Amino acid sequence: MTARHLVGYWMVFSAVLALLIAAPLALPEFWRQFLTEILIWGLLAMSSDLLIGYTGMVSFGHSAFFGLGIYGAAAALLWTSPPNLWMAFLFGLVAAAAVAAFVAYFSTRLRDIYFAITTLIFSQIFYVIIFTWTEVTGGENGLTFRRPALAVPGLFSVPFTSETLHWFVLAVVTLSYLVLRRITQSPFGMVLQSIRENEARTRAIGYPVERYKIVAVMLSGLFAGLAGVLYAIQNRFAAPDFVFFLVSGEVVIFNVMGGIGTLVGPIVGAAFFLLLREGFSRFFTEYYLIPVGLIFIAMVIFMPQGLLGFMRRSLNR
Amino acid sequence: MAIDQLLQAIPLDQLLIQTVNGIVAGMILALVASGLTLIFGIMDVVNFAHGELFMLGAYVGVIVLTATGNFWLALVIATLVIALLGAGIHVVALRPLLGRDPLTTILATFGISLVLQNYALWQFGPVARKIQEPFSGYFTLFYLDYPWYRLVIALLSAAIIGALWLFLKFGTYGIWIRATTQDRVMAQAMGIPVPQVLTAVFAIGAGMAAASGVLFGPLVGVNHAMGVDWVLKAFIVVVVGGMGNLGGSIAASIFISLLESYASIWVSPAQAVIFSFVVLILTLLFRPTGLFVPTPK
Repeated sequence: MTARHLVGYWMVFSAVLALLIAAPLALPEFWRQFLTEILIWGLLAMSSDLLIGYTGMVSFGHSAFFGLGIYGAAAALLWTSPPNLWMAFLFGLVAAAAVAAFVAYFSTRLRDIYFAITTLIFSQIFYVIIFTWTEVTGGENGLTFRRPALAVPGLFSVPFTSETLHWFVLAVVTLSYLVLRRITQSPFGMVLQSIRENEARTRAIGYPVERYKIVAVMLSGLFAGLAGVLYAIQNRFAAPDFVFFLVSGEVVIFNVMGGIGTLVGPIVGAAFFLLLREGFSRFFTEYYLIPVGLIFIAMVIFMPQGLLGFMRRSLNR
Repeated sequence: MAIDQLLQAIPLDQLLIQTVNGIVAGMILALVASGLTLIFGIMDVVNFAHGELFMLGAYVGVIVLTATGNFWLALVIATLVIALLGAGIHVVALRPLLGRDPLTTILATFGISLVLQNYALWQFGPVARKIQEPFSGYFTLFYLDYPWYRLVIALLSAAIIGALWLFLKFGTYGIWIRATTQDRVMAQAMGIPVPQVLTAVFAIGAGMAAASGVLFGPLVGVNHAMGVDWVLKAFIVVVVGGMGNLGGSIAASIFISLLESYASIWVSPAQAVIFSFVVLILTLLFRPTGLFVPTPK
C-alpha cells in the first residue's frame, strides 16, 4: 500500500475516466448509446461482485433487484407529471431495497449452491408476479413511459441528450464505484472478505456472520436497483424479461468474464460480453449465444480469473 | 349453514381430477428431479443444463418418431443419445472442473444450457413440434375422457426410478457409484475408476431427463424453451426434498405437483407456481435441510 502505488492507481483511474468523458464527443450515435448501456450493465455486474467476489456468495437473483429498480422508476415516471428524475430514483431504490431486504432475510440462511438456487427462485417469484399482474405492471407487454428532464428543482431543467445522458450515467456509475470501493476496503468489507475466506472462523472470532451477509445482499441489491433506474431512464420501457433469471445469469457471466473481486472487472466483462454479442449477432443473428456461451464455458475452465483477474491484488489496495 | 356452503364450494369432482393430474405430473417431475438430485448428490454438480437435456431428448424423440413411427423405439434411442451427449459434456466441460469449487460447475452448466437452448432454436426453429401418443385410449373420469396414456407415463416413470434405485442398491456398478459418493479418495484407492464413474452418473442423469422429455412430449408441444420451466421446478423439488436425497425428491415432486394442481382450480396455472415458491420459502425457513429427510440431530 505504498504511496507510489496509490498514485499509479489514481492516475490510471483518471485516465480511464477522462477517456469515458470524452468518448461521446468522438463516437457516432449508435456506439455512444452502446457505451452508456455498457456502463449501466457494468454497474449491475459490479453490484453483484460485492456478493460474488467479496463475500463468496453467487447470486442468481440480481434480475429481481434490477427489475424492481426499473419498475419502481417506471411507476414514478408514470405518476409524476411532468416525469420527475429524482422521484424515479427514489421509487426505484425504495422498491429494490424492499425486495433486497425480503430476499436477503431468507436467502442468507443458506450457503453456496443453496444460496444461488434460492436467489434464483426468488427472482422467479417476482417474475411471475410481474408477468401475471397485468393491471398494474402491464404484464407481458410491460410499460412505456417518457424520459424525465435533467432537473434540479428551482435551478434548471434541460431535456437529456445522448451526451448528457452518458455523462449523467457515467457520474452515477463512477460515484457507485468509489462508494463500493470504499465499502470493500472498510472494516465491514474486510469482514465480508473474511467470510469468503473462512466463514466458520469468522463466526468463531465473534462476528455475527448472518447479519453481515444480510447487509451485503441489501447493499448489493440497492446498487442493482440503481442500475435498474438508469436503465429505465435510458430505454424508457419496463418489461418482465428484465426480471427473468436469464438476466441474472448474464450478470454472473459478466463477473466471471471480467474477473470477480475487482469491481472494475465486471464492467470490463459487461463490455466484453456486449461487444461479443454485437459482433456475433452480425453473423449468427439471434443465435449469438451459441458462440458466446462456448467462449464463456472455455473461460470458466481455462481462465477462471477472468480478464482482469491478474490485476486483482493491485485493484484492491 | 356456513360449513355446508363451504363444502359445496369445493368442487369434489374437480378435486379428484386434479389429484390424478397432480400425481401424473408429479411422477414426471420426479423422473426429472431424480436425475438432477443423482448428479448433485454424487458429483456436487448443480446441473443447470438439465432442462435442456430434457428438451433435446424430446427433440430426438420427435426425429426418431417421424423416421420410424415407433414411440417406444424413440423413447429408447432418445435416452441413449442424450446419455451419450451427457457423457460427452461431462468429459469436455465438467471433468476439468473436478476438485474446484462446486460453484464453478453452476457457471459451466449455465453456459452449456445457453448453448444447447440456442442450438435447438437454431436447428429446429421456434415452432413447437408434436409427439403423437403411442395409443389413444380413454376412460371416463366424471365428465372428462381421461387418456390412459397419462397413467402409463406415471407408471413408467415410477418403473424407471425404481430400476435406478435397485441398480444403486444392488448392482455392482451401483455400489461403485455409492462408494464414490461416500468417499472419493477411498473409492479411488480401492480401484474404482472415479472419473469414469462420475461420467457414467452424469450420463444416467441425462438419459433420465431425455426419457422424461419424450414421455412428456405428447402432453405439451416440444419447443426449445420447454426445459426452463422444468429445471426451475426440479430445483424447487430438489431443495424441498433435501439435496441429493432420492426418496425426498420423489415425495417432494408429488407434493408440489398436487399443490399446483389443486391451486390451479382457483387461480391460473401461471400463478399456481407461486404456491410452490411459497412452499420452498417455508421449507427454507423452518427445515433448510429439506422437508422429507429425518431431522438432523
